[in-house]
Amino acid sequence: MKRRRTMLLPTILAFGFAFLYVPILSMVVYSFNASRLVTVWDPVHSPTLKWYTALFHNAQIIDAAWLSLKIAIMNATGAVILGTMAGFALARFGQFRGRGLLGGLTTAPLVLPEIITGLSLLLLFVAMEQLIGWPRGRGVTTITIAHISFSLSYVAVIVQARLVGFDESLEEAALDLGARPATVFLRITLPLIAPALLSGWLLSFTLSWDDVVISQFVAGPGSSTLPMVIFSKVRLGVSPDVNALATLMVSLVAVGVVASALFVQNRERRRMREMRMALAS
Amino acid sequence: MLQRLRQFCSLERLGRPVATAVPMLWLLLFFMLPFLIVLKISFSEALMAMPPYAPMIEWTHEQMLAIKLHLANYHFLFTDSLYLNSFLYSLKVATVSTLACLLLGYPMALAIARASPARRSLLLMLVILPFWTSFLLRIYAWIGLLKDDGLINNLLLSLHLIHEPIQMANTSFAVYIGIVYSYLPFMVLPLYTNLEKHDATLLEAAADLGAAPWKAFARITVPLSLPGVVAGALLVFIPAVGEYVIPTLLGSANQLMIGRVLSDEFFENRDWPVASAVAILILIVLLGPIVVFQRYRSRELGASA
Repeated sequence: MKRRRTMLLPTILAFGFAFLYVPILSMVVYSFNASRLVTVWDPVHSPTLKWYTALFHNAQIIDAAWLSLKIAIMNATGAVILGTMAGFALARFGQFRGRGLLGGLTTAPLVLPEIITGLSLLLLFVAMEQLIGWPRGRGVTTITIAHISFSLSYVAVIVQARLVGFDESLEEAALDLGARPATVFLRITLPLIAPALLSGWLLSFTLSWDDVVISQFVAGPGSSTLPMVIFSKVRLGVSPDVNALATLMVSLVAVGVVASALFVQNRERRRMREMRMALAS
Repeated sequence: MLQRLRQFCSLERLGRPVATAVPMLWLLLFFMLPFLIVLKISFSEALMAMPPYAPMIEWTHEQMLAIKLHLANYHFLFTDSLYLNSFLYSLKVATVSTLACLLLGYPMALAIARASPARRSLLLMLVILPFWTSFLLRIYAWIGLLKDDGLINNLLLSLHLIHEPIQMANTSFAVYIGIVYSYLPFMVLPLYTNLEKHDATLLEAAADLGAAPWKAFARITVPLSLPGVVAGALLVFIPAVGEYVIPTLLGSANQLMIGRVLSDEFFENRDWPVASAVAILILIVLLGPIVVFQRYRSRELGASA
C-alpha cells in the first residue's frame, strides 16, 4: 500500500532551505553592489567588482587570512593524528582502564560553549607561563594548541564511527593469508578509514578557519586571525568588502563540496563496474 | 588463525599504549586541567596585577601555609541582579531556540528521510553545506537582512505592508533567528540519522489496521524518534546557553546573554576571578545536559557495533 503523499513536508523542507540559503545569497548579490550603503542597490553602477579589488588591497585582511590558513593547516594535521589515535582506542581496544575518561574527554568539547573553552585555555596558558615559562606569550602556538584541543574530538568521533561500522573480517582474512600486522594496517585498515581521515581533516580545517571566540581569548597582540578581523569590523557595522570576502569563501566551499561529491560518486561507479566485470569473467 | 590474531594483537600492544596515552594526555593537559585552574581562580581575589588575581596558597609570615578560599566572587554573582537576569535570559533563549529548531528541523528531517534514496544525499548535502561556510559571515548576513534599512524592511515597505520599518536588528527576535539559523543543521542531522532507520512496514501495518496517518505518526514515528530528538535538542541547547557571537552581533545591548557577560568581565573589567566564577556556574548548569548527551553518544556508538 502506498502512503498518501501530502505537500506539507516538502513545503516545510523548501521553507527550511530558503531560510538557510537566502542570507548567503543576499551577501553574494550585494557583493556586486556599487553603493556603500550595503542594503541599497545602486542600479546605475552595479554590478561592480570594486569591493573585490578593495579586499585584495586590504593588507590587514590578507595578512590575517594567511595566518588563519597556516593555523588551520597545522590544526587539521595535528587533530587528525591525535583524533585518529583516540578514535582507534575507543573503537578497537575494548574495555581498557580510562576508556570512560577518554570517551568523556572526547565528547565534551563537541557541545561545551566555546567561551568556556577559550577562557579556561587562556588561564592555563597564563599559569603555565608563570610556572615553566612556556608558552612564552600568546600567538600562533597557543591558538593552534587551543584549536587542536577541540578539533580532535570531531576527528575522534568520525574515525570511531567509521571503525565501528566496518567489517573486521577483511583484516582477519589478510592475517590468515599471511600478511604481517603492519602490512594489514597500511594496506587494509588505513585505506578503509581514509575517507574518515579526509573528512576529519577538512572539518578540523573549517573549525579552525571559522573560530573567533576561542582565538580571541588565546591570541596575543599581532596574531589576529581572519575571523577576529572580520568580527571587529562587523561589530562596527556592515561593510561591503566583507560581502565580497563572504562570496569568495562560499564559492570556494561550494566548488570543493561539489567536486568531492562527484569524486565519490565516480569512485562508487567505477567500483560497481569492476565488480560487474569480475563477476562476469 | 587464533595465533595470527594473537600476533596481530602483540604488535598492537606496542601501538596501543601510545594511541591511548597520547590523546589522553593531550586532553587532560589542555581540556581537563584548564577547568581546575578556572575553578581555582574563581575562588581567588582580584588584583591589579598580571595575572590579575591573588594566589590561593601562600606562606604567611609565620611560615604557615595559608589557603584562602575567597567566596566573595560567587556571593557577588548572586547579589548583583545583572548576572542572574542574564543567566535566566540565556536559558530562556536557549530553550525557545531549541524548540524552534525542533519545530522546523523535525519536518525537514522527516521529508529528507522519506525522499527517494537518490535525492536523499543531495538534500542532506544541502543541509550540511552551510555548516562548511563561515558561521560568522552567515550571522553577519542577517544584519543586512534585519536592519531598519535592511532587505526585509525595504521589501515590506515597498509592498506597502508596513509604513515604517519594524525594528528587528538588536532585539531578542534577531537572537532567536540567528541561533535557529546557525544550529538548525545540528538538529536535522541526528534526527535524520534516526528517522532514516525506521522500518516503513510499521507505518504500512498501522495504515492496514485502519490508523489515520497522523495517528500512525504520533504513535509510531514520534516515540521511535525520541533518541534523535534528545540528541538534536542537546546539540542545540548546550552551546546556545553560552552563545557569544550571535547576541553580540544581533542582540540588544540592554539584554545580555551570560556568555557576553563573561567576556565583558574578562576583557572590559579585567576581573578574571568573577569571569571564572561565571564560567563555573555555567558549567554547573550545563553538567546535567552534557552527561545525558555523553550517555546518548556512547550508547549510539555501542549499539551499532
